[in-house]
Amino acid sequence: MTPIPHQLQTTPFHARTAPLIRGHTWRRWAGHAAASVYDWTHEHEYAAIRNAAALLDVSPLHKYRITGRDATRLLDRMVTRHVARAALGQVLYTGWCDAGGKLIDDGTISRLGEQEFRLTSAEPNLRWLQRNAFGMQVTIEDISDQLGALALQGPLARTVLNAVAERPLDGLKYFRVMDNRIAGTDLQISRTGYTGDLGYELWIPAPAALPVWDALVARGADYGLTPAGIWALDVARIEAGLVMLDVDYQSAHRAMIEAQMSSPFELSLDWTVSFDKGPYNGRRALQAERERGPAWRFVGLEVDWDSFETQHARFDLAPALPAIAWRTSLPVYRAGRQVGYASSGCWSPLLKKYLALAHLTAPHFAPDTAVELEITIEHQRLRAAAAVRKLPFFDPPRKRA
Amino acid sequence: MSNRFDAIVIGGGHNGLVTAAYLARAGRRVVVLERRELLGGAAVSEQVFPGFTFSVFSYVVSLLRPEIVRDLELPRHGLQILPLESTVTPLPDGDYLASWNDPDLTRRELCRHSRLDAEAIVEFGRLMHHIARSVKPFLSMVPPDPTSLSPRELRGLLRLGGHLESLGPERFHALYKLLTMSSADYLDEWFECEALKATKSASGIIGSFLGPRSPGSAYVLLHHYMGEIDGAFRAWGFCKGGNGTVSNAIAAAARAGGAVLRTGAAVQQVLVRNGRATGVVLADGEELSAPVVVSGLDARRTYLELVPERELPGELLAQVRRFRFRGSSGKVNLALSELPDFTCMPGVGPQHRGAFSISPSVDYLERAYDDAKYGSFSRRPYMDIVFPSMIDPGMAPPGQHVASIFVQYAPSRIDGGWTPERRAAFGDAVIDTLAEYAPNLKSAILHRQVLTPADIEEKIGISEGNIFHGELSLQQLFFLRPAAQWASFRTPIRGYYHCSSSAHPGGGVMGAAGRLAARVILGDR
Repeated sequence: MTPIPHQLQTTPFHARTAPLIRGHTWRRWAGHAAASVYDWTHEHEYAAIRNAAALLDVSPLHKYRITGRDATRLLDRMVTRHVARAALGQVLYTGWCDAGGKLIDDGTISRLGEQEFRLTSAEPNLRWLQRNAFGMQVTIEDISDQLGALALQGPLARTVLNAVAERPLDGLKYFRVMDNRIAGTDLQISRTGYTGDLGYELWIPAPAALPVWDALVARGADYGLTPAGIWALDVARIEAGLVMLDVDYQSAHRAMIEAQMSSPFELSLDWTVSFDKGPYNGRRALQAERERGPAWRFVGLEVDWDSFETQHARFDLAPALPAIAWRTSLPVYRAGRQVGYASSGCWSPLLKKYLALAHLTAPHFAPDTAVELEITIEHQRLRAAAAVRKLPFFDPPRKRA
Repeated sequence: MSNRFDAIVIGGGHNGLVTAAYLARAGRRVVVLERRELLGGAAVSEQVFPGFTFSVFSYVVSLLRPEIVRDLELPRHGLQILPLESTVTPLPDGDYLASWNDPDLTRRELCRHSRLDAEAIVEFGRLMHHIARSVKPFLSMVPPDPTSLSPRELRGLLRLGGHLESLGPERFHALYKLLTMSSADYLDEWFECEALKATKSASGIIGSFLGPRSPGSAYVLLHHYMGEIDGAFRAWGFCKGGNGTVSNAIAAAARAGGAVLRTGAAVQQVLVRNGRATGVVLADGEELSAPVVVSGLDARRTYLELVPERELPGELLAQVRRFRFRGSSGKVNLALSELPDFTCMPGVGPQHRGAFSISPSVDYLERAYDDAKYGSFSRRPYMDIVFPSMIDPGMAPPGQHVASIFVQYAPSRIDGGWTPERRAAFGDAVIDTLAEYAPNLKSAILHRQVLTPADIEEKIGISEGNIFHGELSLQQLFFLRPAAQWASFRTPIRGYYHCSSSAHPGGGVMGAAGRLAARVILGDR
């Protein structure tokens, strides 16, 4: 007899995270229960990301192990970056497209061996991998449930890891992965993350998840290590200008109409699109798009404070900032005409700016273009002045140092 | 009471009632004549056993056209659709395959069986959504006649062509496959889990004398995806009070518009003078007259029984005689002292608020079809089981329950004909099969009602007991439903119309035929 799954799946860290979450503020993430915030607000959790070290359970990510003679061939045929060129221990951020050059998903590829890779993604991609692997000598395993994942992010992340890991992290460069050992468990640590800060991600066999968590929390206490939820992460990733599937773009596999799809160029991910490799999904369409120039670009918006304040003052109100990052679509105007939309936004406590991530049509995406973002005050739709900014908003040297 | 009306509708099934309601709303004086004492045809709720109410025949809603719900304000007239939770397929090895009303839970469950299928089902659902959206306009279109060159038909054909072109290649190709393939073959292109393929392909055999491997069954599968509740395709719901509430709500809307609804009024003949319908004569000799007579009965009765043969062209009569009914399904309604306790999912839980599907493999379904092909009912049939009392407690006394079991195959033309003994044996086969999955079933049964196609025909008059008023096979659809050149709801007899599920777009408690017929009738005057 199989028990009826009547609850969301939990991650391997659930036994530790559940007692910490004060307001039972769970949310869904890839079919799992994930913490929105542990404390009453995400203030301290966000501060830990930018000031100390934050510990995030990112286990709901989908993870695939791809091995065999044709592993490189498969990935190079599927994704837009040049995988064959990746060094052993290198991690690539990349997207992958359908034949029309529209993004299906994005994630990281870690080269763990000559013929061994780990792919992470936001949505399930097993079927897509298998379809692309037809006739190839390659093994694709969905290891999502076998591997717990923690993100340790913040300026003191390295210090914390050096205190608990058997091997020092000092030599690990940005977007590289190494084997290591914590609390007697063999695991991998990559210098990656979703915060745009110094940070690491730990890839931990699920059965050993709790001891690793415990070791990090025990030693991390001295360095202000704070478990953090999605609310805090959301602010950090907007500051870092990182796109999010289902928020900033829709998968070509899920979109209902063509207009809902985005190409890597339209998301300003040009640097992830390689043309110095063989054929891959979407290459022809991407080549053509590069030649004619993308119709859309993904940019930052900085809301003009004076304008924002003035609009509120008309109602005799102080400026009301969003308490958490928003994920709705807000129209963006230029000279009275809609020229795009913002898909995420937040107040940056670090930069002291009201930021948004926006999709703008040509030619309105040039940096410093003056546009207007729709805001709502007292049930009225108004517009606040905003300026186009190049992403990321925040890019500290420690991220790569 | 005057016997003169603007329109007479023969048969108080849901389509007849829909036509009557639309005509009444347009200001016509309408009378509906129902042979039984109860309105609703195959959409009726009856207290078959004291305290136990059953949706005796049709038992879920999904395909009911949302425009009818809106136009006739059915919620105001009592229609309340309650959600169905899940579909659970018990498996012979004691496991199960479930699909829940939540995508995350369903994914989690499917991952136990096949991670690939867990992904494929999302893409499949998306494609079917697109196709259902594409086909939706056809459902509310009077089929154009492709052989006619009249401006009206050409306009319809152009609309159709333009529509197909707008589908785009991926969806057009998928539609073409759905129209031509077997459901098993089509699903093989998508899935690997046997129970999943079987449970999905079961939608492709319902109401048809086809097996899951028979070409054409993929269309029936699509037909079941066209249902829409609150804007979501492929949503199935349960009607509070049973499916009789659907008919009663439409009847209430018709009455509110001034329609006269008569029960116990069996029509003997349609009166035809000079090639024109003038009224009807009832079994007791009473005559009613009207310039418009609409048959809500199936095509065979509409063309071959209600009107004199000499009034119709021979070619049409031949086509109607060839129109395939071949009822293939039966129904078992149970009054239960307790809910069946399924071995694969013990106890009482959310699973009882959804459907159980006895469809462990495509082979299982195909073997069930084999029995039927050679003149017997299936010894081990496909079943779709719901417990309406779990959704609407008013269907049974407190603590007790009703089960509605749709069963296939029960061929209308069984060797030796349907007898009380064969009906009982059929009922036993159903109970024995189900009891293998829920051992407490037999001791829980207080009463049982077994309905064979012969019973369906005898009770509610559908030829050969076919639940769709004729199979939904490609050669009987759209401009060929029920006959070439007569898919427009008109007949060769002026003033005589046809509004049943034998007409486009077919059955499944859609009401679409009734609405389209009313539109044609109102446009003709």
